[in-house]
Order: sequence, then structure tokens, then C-alpha cells
Amino acid sequence: MYAQMVKSAGTGVKPREEMTEQERAFQDKIDADIKIEPKDWMPDDYRATLIRQIGQHAHSEIVGQLPEGNWITRAPTLERKAILLAKVQDEAGHGLYLYCAAETLGVSRDEITEMLLDGRMKYSSIFNYPTLNWADIGAVGWLVDGAAIMNQVPLQRTSFGPYSRAMIRICKEESFHQRQGYDAIRKMAEGTPEQRKMAQDAMNRLWYPSLMMFGPSDKDSVHSAQSMAWKIKINTNDELRQKFVDQTVPQAEYLGLSIPDPDLKWNEERGHYDYTDPDWSEFFDVIKGNGPCNVDRLAARNKAWDDGKWVRDGLLAHARKKRAKQMAAE
Amino acid sequence: MTRDEAFSQFLLRMGDNTLILGHRVSEWCGHAPVLEEDIALANTALDLIGQTQMWLGLAGEIDGGKSADELAFLRDAWDFRNVLLVEVPNDDFGRTLMRQFLFDAWHSIMLGRLMKSSDEQVAAIAVKASKEVTYHLERSSDTVVGLGDGTEESHARMQEALDYLWPYVGEMFVSDEVDTEMAAAGIAPNPADLREEYDALITRVLTEATLSIPDSRFAHKGGRDGRMHTEHLGHLLTQMQWLQRAYPGASW
Repeated sequence: MYAQMVKSAGTGVKPREEMTEQERAFQDKIDADIKIEPKDWMPDDYRATLIRQIGQHAHSEIVGQLPEGNWITRAPTLERKAILLAKVQDEAGHGLYLYCAAETLGVSRDEITEMLLDGRMKYSSIFNYPTLNWADIGAVGWLVDGAAIMNQVPLQRTSFGPYSRAMIRICKEESFHQRQGYDAIRKMAEGTPEQRKMAQDAMNRLWYPSLMMFGPSDKDSVHSAQSMAWKIKINTNDELRQKFVDQTVPQAEYLGLSIPDPDLKWNEERGHYDYTDPDWSEFFDVIKGNGPCNVDRLAARNKAWDDGKWVRDGLLAHARKKRAKQMAAE
Repeated sequence: MTRDEAFSQFLLRMGDNTLILGHRVSEWCGHAPVLEEDIALANTALDLIGQTQMWLGLAGEIDGGKSADELAFLRDAWDFRNVLLVEVPNDDFGRTLMRQFLFDAWHSIMLGRLMKSSDEQVAAIAVKASKEVTYHLERSSDTVVGLGDGTEESHARMQEALDYLWPYVGEMFVSDEVDTEMAAAGIAPNPADLREEYDALITRVLTEATLSIPDSRFAHKGGRDGRMHTEHLGHLLTQMQWLQRAYPGASW
């Protein structure tokens, strides 16, 4: 999930009888699975919450370029390099669709970019972890994209039209990335002892951060109810996390990689795996800015933005000159 | 020099240019001035790496059944045959785009000729690559014009980039024994013959960009014959080849 702990604006789900007529009509549309489009009336809190959620998702795609980009210049074969380049290009493209979806809600890309850069808006906690060996790139595709897909597949049915349509496109590409990631780590798991060690090391470091991607436990997730009523969140954090664990355990077994959770076991009665929750104090530390890479990630984005100012200004100035010339000629 | 030796050198020159430039461009990932540029730079790098697979794949076949990966990851700097232009560091976005433009202009003209190569495989690679490079050139020309004729600062930076890179342009048009052999076989043009068209193309774009072409014809050389690369190539290879060198024989 690339949007975690998105704070729902407002005071919680309003009982129907307290809604205005406009609010009731809006909720009826949502309940009937009719998409909300940018020009439709919507409660201010719905708009504000969506901007936060879509913005956080977009920022995650952008910051997510950094841990993967970290290995592009060291990819071990031309094919792996090409696959990784294509993937990172896709992620940037996802950022672009999502910023466009956010723009339909009346916030410009520059505005929310500034909010990322000065720390007012967040991105997924997962990208504050480092990629330390080549198998991490496989693990990111397999586990991180796998977790993202878990959340994004239901979001294809989200109530806001532009977000839902962006998700449909994004999901197609993400599942491709996940398969490529699995293939990359499989190659490592089946490789030399050193390669196996890299694969297991990646698993050991990325397992719990991947589980954290779904956000805090439902009992501590204070913002979910309103978002679920608005269908901008479809499943609870714990539901998705469970689904992810159930899907991933057999894949890890196939690879012969062990999951760093001694208490992980199949629960016949529940029909699910029992697993250990991540260390939530670590999660909250990362969210607060104390993850291993927070400072560096944000510094890298700020540097790119600051260093690029002359380029953006130059291209804008040229476009204005060109327009002025055209107008003078007409 | 036998025909095969010359052919293999020619293919390495093509493939090493795209490999090294692709590497340089990919260094931008996540750090570009605007999101569209992140996408475009990744896309350009991806095209160049794809072309590398084709050129080095063919070079490997000629060279006794080596794979493109063996050629890319297991040669030392002296065996690389790229022009020096593509190995100079990225510096700012202006230099990166100016380098791209100066290379794209040569590349598109070169590929245009190679599409008519007497060697079918060379012609087929050129046809495929040419489609991509036409777009690269369009984009780098537009950006050079936009930034050259943008603000005072962007103009100054682009002029500085051009002045810095200009001495690396001439090497693309030097002809040697390999080129003579390739031209005689109708496989590739003599690079010197491309200069006129190149000058016309870049003069048109750089004039529109309000930039002045330095009037020196001095050229740094030594990349395409491997005699003397820049100090930068060794560092680039250290990074690019690290996994293959550290874990010999592993399959990735």
C-alpha cells in the first residue's frame, strides 16, 4: 500500500439523519457504486482526504525511484538493467497519472510536490529502507509491489473516477513488475551460495517493512471508517495484510527462503497463516522521519527540485517567448 | 586487419557508445528537474541499453561466441571502443542534454546510412534503432533550443556545456583503418563523410537555440580506438561491472 495512515478529514462518519440533502445524495451515489467525477459536488472532507491519499500515493511512486535507481548502474546483466529501467520508468509514469488525478481535485502538481519536499505530505514508509544487495531489487518487486497490488486491486473500484481509472492502468503494470521481481529473486535463490545469501538477506530485511506497508493494526487505525464509507478505502489494513501473508508464504517456500518469523504457521481453523505483527514502534519511528533513509531520500528529492529550477524556468521562459512570437505573427 | 577483425571493432564501437551513454543517462534516475524528464531519461537509457544488446550480441557472435553480457561486463577499459564524448560525466542537466544532442545528431545520421548496409543484420539493427533515435534527437533538439533560448541563466549554462563538450565532437568523424575496411565492404559509411550533414543539422538547432558553436576544430581522440580513454571510464566500469567481477560465473 503506498498510502498509509491517511488522515481522514472531518469528524468521522456522520449518521444519515445528520447529513444535509446534498451529502445524502452524495452518499447514495457512492452506495450505488456510481463514480464521483471531478465536476460533481463532493464534501470538502472527501476532497481533502482524497488529495492526501492520492498525493501520498503519487509521492511514493516518485520517491520509490530512489531505492531502485540505486541499483540501475550496478545491474548485473544488460537484460536486468533494461528490466529495471523499464520498471522505474513505469513508476515515474504512475506518479504522473496520480498527480493528474489529484489535479482534478483542484491541487496543482507543484503545490503537492512542495508539500512533499517540506515534509507536510508523506510517502510510503517502505521507501525509507535501503536497498543493500542486488536481491533487494527482486525482493522489492516481489514483496513491495506485491503488497502494493494487494491494496491497489480493490482501489480500482474506488469511488473517485479519475483515481479508479489511474489504478486500473497502474495495476496492470504492477503485476508485471511483481512477476519480474519474483523471477529476479528466484534466480538468486537458485544460484550460488553467495546469491542465496543475498536473497535471504533481502528477505530478512524487507519482510516486516513490507507488512508495515498496510498501515497500523485495525484497532489502531483511526481514520479507516470514514474512508471506507466513502469507498476510498475498500478493505481494512489487517484484512489486506493477512491476504498478503497468505499469498506470500507459499511463494517463499517455493524459493526455499525462510520468513524471519518463528511463529509463522498455518492455522487450520482460521484458514489463514498466523504471523507476528511488525514492530509498530519502528513503524512510527519511520513515519516520524527516523527511518534509515528518510533524511537522505528527502534531501535527494529536494536537491533534484532545487538543481532543476533553472531548467524548469528556462523551458517555461522559452514557451512564453514562442507563444508571444506566434501571437505577434497572427 | 582482416574483414572480421574490422567488423568486430566496428560493432564494438556502436555497442560501446550506446552502453556507456545508456549508463550515464541512467545515473539520472530519480534526480531529474521535472517528472517528465525522469521518464524521458529512463526511456532514452532503456532504448540505448536495448541497442547495446543488439550491437554487442552481434559483436560477440563474430568474436568467437561471446555473449553481449561478457563483452559489457568483463572487458577492461582499454578494450572499450566508445567515443570519449559519451563517457564524460553528466554534470548538470544542461551538459547531459547537450551531450545527448551532440551524440543523437551523429547517431541518427549514422543509423540512416547503416539502414542501407550491405550486411543484413547491421541494416536490421539500424532500422530498429533508428526509430528510437529519431525520437531521441527530436527531444534533445527541442530541449537544447528551449534551454538555449530560455532565461539568461539557462542560456549561459547551455553555452558552457557546448563549449566544454565541443572538443569531444570531432572524434565521431575520425576515419581509420577499421572505417576504411567497413566502407570498402559497404557495411558502414566512412565517418568523415557524415560531417557535412552533421554540421548542417547542429548549426540549424544551435542557431535556433541562440548558442554559438566554438570555431575550434580541435578534437580529443582515443576512445574509439581504445588508445586513451578519459579517467572517467574506469570509474564507470568499476560500478557497472562490480557484481560480475565480484561473483564470477554466477548467473543472474
